[in-house]
Amino acid sequence: MPLRTPLYDSHLAARAKMVDFSGWEMPIHYGSQIEEHHAVRRDAGMFDVSHMCALDLAGPDATRWLRHLLANDVAKLTTPGKALYSCMLDQDAGVIDDLIVYFFTPERYRIVVNAGTAAKDIAWMRGQLEGFDAGLIVRRRINGDAVAIIAAQGPDAKERRLTGSDSVAMIAVQGPRARERFWTAFPDSRAATEPLAVFQAAEWKDWMIARTGYTGEDGFEITIPADDAAQVWQKLLDAGVKPCGLGARDTLRLEAGMNLYGQDMDEDISPYEAGLKWTVDLKDPARDFIGKSALAARQPRNQFAGLLLLDRGVLRAHQKVVTPQGEGEITSGTFSPTLSQSIALARLPAGVAIGSEVEVEIRDKRLKARVVKPVFVRNGKPLI
Amino acid sequence: MTTPANLKYAASHEWAKAEADGTVTIGITDHAQEALGDIVFLELPAVGRVVKAGEECAVVESVKAASDIYSPVSGEVVDINQAAVDAPESVNADAYATWLFRIKPANAAQLVTELGGLLDAAAYDATL
Repeated sequence: MPLRTPLYDSHLAARAKMVDFSGWEMPIHYGSQIEEHHAVRRDAGMFDVSHMCALDLAGPDATRWLRHLLANDVAKLTTPGKALYSCMLDQDAGVIDDLIVYFFTPERYRIVVNAGTAAKDIAWMRGQLEGFDAGLIVRRRINGDAVAIIAAQGPDAKERRLTGSDSVAMIAVQGPRARERFWTAFPDSRAATEPLAVFQAAEWKDWMIARTGYTGEDGFEITIPADDAAQVWQKLLDAGVKPCGLGARDTLRLEAGMNLYGQDMDEDISPYEAGLKWTVDLKDPARDFIGKSALAARQPRNQFAGLLLLDRGVLRAHQKVVTPQGEGEITSGTFSPTLSQSIALARLPAGVAIGSEVEVEIRDKRLKARVVKPVFVRNGKPLI
Repeated sequence: MTTPANLKYAASHEWAKAEADGTVTIGITDHAQEALGDIVFLELPAVGRVVKAGEECAVVESVKAASDIYSPVSGEVVDINQAAVDAPESVNADAYATWLFRIKPANAAQLVTELGGLLDAAAYDATL
C-alpha cells in the first residue's frame, strides 16, 4: 500500500497526476509542470511536503547531542526560531542525509529530514542518543494513522504513540507573493510572521511558520496539525496560491542550485564533493562531530559545478561530461523553464574552470556545455 | 481527446497516417504527450535516413524524461516538422495535428503489411 499524506484527497480534488516517490503517492503535477514552475517564480505556489519527516528533539542534552550529530554547528543558533541547514555524516564522512534544524531553546529543537531517508535517519539518530539525556518524537502521519512513535532515551526513557492531533502536515508556500497571499488566507498570523528574517521560524498557536524553502524564492514552510491540513490547503487555494507538484519542485530547486539527497549526494560522497563545504563548521576545535576526522583525511577528488547546455537538448542525471581534466558526471539535469535552456548540476574533476566549455555525451552525440557556478536563478532573476 | 479514426496506431504510442501521395506521416498520440508532460525538446531523424519499422529514430524530451520514438513503417525519411522542433509544446497542445516526420516507403506491398499490423483507433484505445 502506497504511503499517503493527510493532503491526499486534496490532491485528487485538484486533479493531480499522482506518482510514486520513495514509496509515497505524491502529486507530480496538476496539469502543467512548467506553469507551476512559473507560478512560483512570478507569484505564489504551494507544495505538500508532508512526506518529509518532522522530528521534535527535547532534553537537557539536546544542544550537546546535535553538536555531536551534525557537521554544521547549532551553537551558532541563538535567536529562537532560527534555522540551520546541515549534513548528517557517517563515520567515513559520507552524507547520511541533509536536513534543516530549527532552534527554539538550547533544550528544544525541531528537525526536518527527507522522506526517502527518514527511516534510516531515525535509526541512526536513535543509535546516537546513547549517553545523552534527550528524546526524539516523530511527528509524521501516514495513511491517516497517527503512527508517530520514536525512541526517547535518557532517564525519562519512554516510547509513546501520538494522538492524531500530535502529528503534523507540512506545506511550502513559495514565490514573490507567497507571504502576502498567506497573510490574506491567515491574517491573524501576520503580526507574528512579518518580522521573520530569512531562515527563521515562529511558533504561532500550534503551527510553526518558517521563512525557508527549496525553490530559491521567498515564502513560508508551515508545519500544522495533520487534522487541519485540508482546510489550510483550501484557504491557500482560495487566496490564489497555485498547487504545485514534485516536478516543479525539482526544476525550481535545480535552478536555485540546491542539492537533492540521493541524486546529488549520498553516503559515498562527502559534503566537500557536493558543494556543501560552507555547511561544515570547523570553527570550534573542541567540537568532535561524527565524520570530522574522516573529513579531514579525505581529499576531495572532484568539484561540484553547474552546467549550461549551449547546444539544443536536455541534460539528465548520469550523463558523462568530457573535460580536458578527465571525465565527470551529471548528478541532476533538466530543462530550465526560467532560462528556456537545459541546466545541470555535475561532479567534475578538480581543475575544470568556471566559464570553460566542456562536452556532454547525450545518446550518440557530444554536445557543448559551459561550466558555471551552480546557482542559475534566485528570486525570479536569472544569474547566468 | 478522442482518438482519430483515420489514423493507425503502434502499441508504443506513435500514430501513422497514409497520405494520398504515398508517404506516411508519423506523430505521437495524445496519451503519449499526456504521459510525458510538458515537452521541451524534439530530436528528429535526418532527412534521407532510411529506417526499418520498429526502429528507434527520434526522441521526445519532456521536463521529466526522454522518450524514444519508433518508426511504425519502413522507408526513407523525406521530411521533418521544423515548426514542431521550434515549438515542442505544440505536441502537448495537439498531438494529432503536430506531426513529427514523414516516411516514403520503399516497397508498397511491405507498407500494406506494416500498416495492417498497426492498431485502429478502437484497438489502440483498448490498450490504454
